[in-house]
Amino acid sequence: MSALTVQVAGPLTTVQDLGRPGFAALGVSGSGALDRGALRLANRLVGNAEETAGLEITVGPFAGVGDRDVWIAVTGAWGRVSVGGRPIDPNHPAFVPAGAALEIGPAEHGLRYYLAVSGGWDVDPVLGSRSTDLLSGIGPAAVRDGDQIPIGESHPAAIPALDVAPWSPPEAGTVTVPLIVGPRADWFAASSLERLFTGTWALGSASNRVGARLEGTPLERSAAAHARGELPSEGMVAGALQVPPSGLPTVLLADHPTTGGYPVIAVMASGALDMFAQLRPGQSLRFRHARL
Amino acid sequence: MSALHAVGDSAVLIDCDDLDAVLALHAALSGAPPDGIVDVVPAARTVLVSFDPAILPADRVAGWIRSTPPTPPGARADADELTLDVQYSGEDLAEVAALLSLSEREVVNAHTASVWRVAFVGFAPGFGYLVTDSPRLVVPRRSSPRTSVPAGSVALAGEHTGVYPRASPGGWQILGRTDARLWDQDATPPALLTPGRVVRFREVS
Repeated sequence: MSALTVQVAGPLTTVQDLGRPGFAALGVSGSGALDRGALRLANRLVGNAEETAGLEITVGPFAGVGDRDVWIAVTGAWGRVSVGGRPIDPNHPAFVPAGAALEIGPAEHGLRYYLAVSGGWDVDPVLGSRSTDLLSGIGPAAVRDGDQIPIGESHPAAIPALDVAPWSPPEAGTVTVPLIVGPRADWFAASSLERLFTGTWALGSASNRVGARLEGTPLERSAAAHARGELPSEGMVAGALQVPPSGLPTVLLADHPTTGGYPVIAVMASGALDMFAQLRPGQSLRFRHARL
Repeated sequence: MSALHAVGDSAVLIDCDDLDAVLALHAALSGAPPDGIVDVVPAARTVLVSFDPAILPADRVAGWIRSTPPTPPGARADADELTLDVQYSGEDLAEVAALLSLSEREVVNAHTASVWRVAFVGFAPGFGYLVTDSPRLVVPRRSSPRTSVPAGSVALAGEHTGVYPRASPGGWQILGRTDARLWDQDATPPALLTPGRVVRFREVS
């Protein structure tokens, strides 16, 4: 079995595929890559099926050496990526000979790199997925320095040649995120619901794969909601803006708890989750009403 | 059934009148869902249905939910009672007895005499929140949670009883231990306690 030996795992590197849907009623969240588009692209670039497991490298740095010739692609965040000391382009397949050092520097644009290898990262699946779920502890442990990550058999088809890379780095300025109001918007004062859309928010530093805290002016519950007391726990989805008593929303991400007791004022349009996953702590964002 | 609320573009939340209605609707919707339904998640007073709008558009999901009759309790596959053997020697048994002004024996008897049902699963994979019709053992969580509660711990919090599937931090009041395997990721289903399951606890020494 060939493998990549990890020399530098960085602050958080996990194996992620498209997750583990279908087990939420048993307390298991969907998990999977936070920027799914980036994972799918990385896999396409090296000739894998889109749902193949990749490495989700949060911020970086990351470094490793493989014991077999492979093709790789790095997508998502942009930063300095090199093979054997020579820089390679983002969003582009690159050949990595056995023994050559693959080095990924700290992300300069965006937050999460995706590293796909021809053949995929061949860790054991759990409930149909190779994803690390940091909340429930299901799937492989987070990658550590010295780990050997097995590389699967690649199929014999040629890696497609690619001369044009029509991708740009993740947005650096203020981004606009489409939101769908509800299901519990009626728990909030009308002025707070309005402020959700007119205010500017910033991604908090207390953010991980479970959820991302937003900083801004706290949202207030309506007088009627105060009289109602607490909401009984209900099912949650990735992209939900849960509002705890502090009034500052938490955006639930892939490893979110399957149920929660704070009212959800609005939910991000599912197409915006990938972009959201690339926001950097402190980056500002605004919300607009999504067209359904 | 009352209101359906959109939860973003890929899920819908259904308000139910009570837990019986939740479990009847959950059983009906999770029986043979159409392609495109991803998850059906029961909770205290709601059922959440998530779907892939590329396969099944939201209006068809709503139509399917409205046209599916709830499954009555007796007709469900989970109608068989599950018995869990418990050694009632938990760290918090004395504290629970004191909180309820009962003897430890009376606490154990109340726990084993009740017929429990899994209302929903949350907190951790396979962690069922069990309820009983006339709860006698209603206690608050511990004021400071333990950093590690062993797997198999049988515990109380609020009106619920539950069993820790794996060692984890936790604030529930521990009554005892069971050797039953609550979570097995290679089993189908991986959780022993699934929503709607009827459970009795039996004292063993």
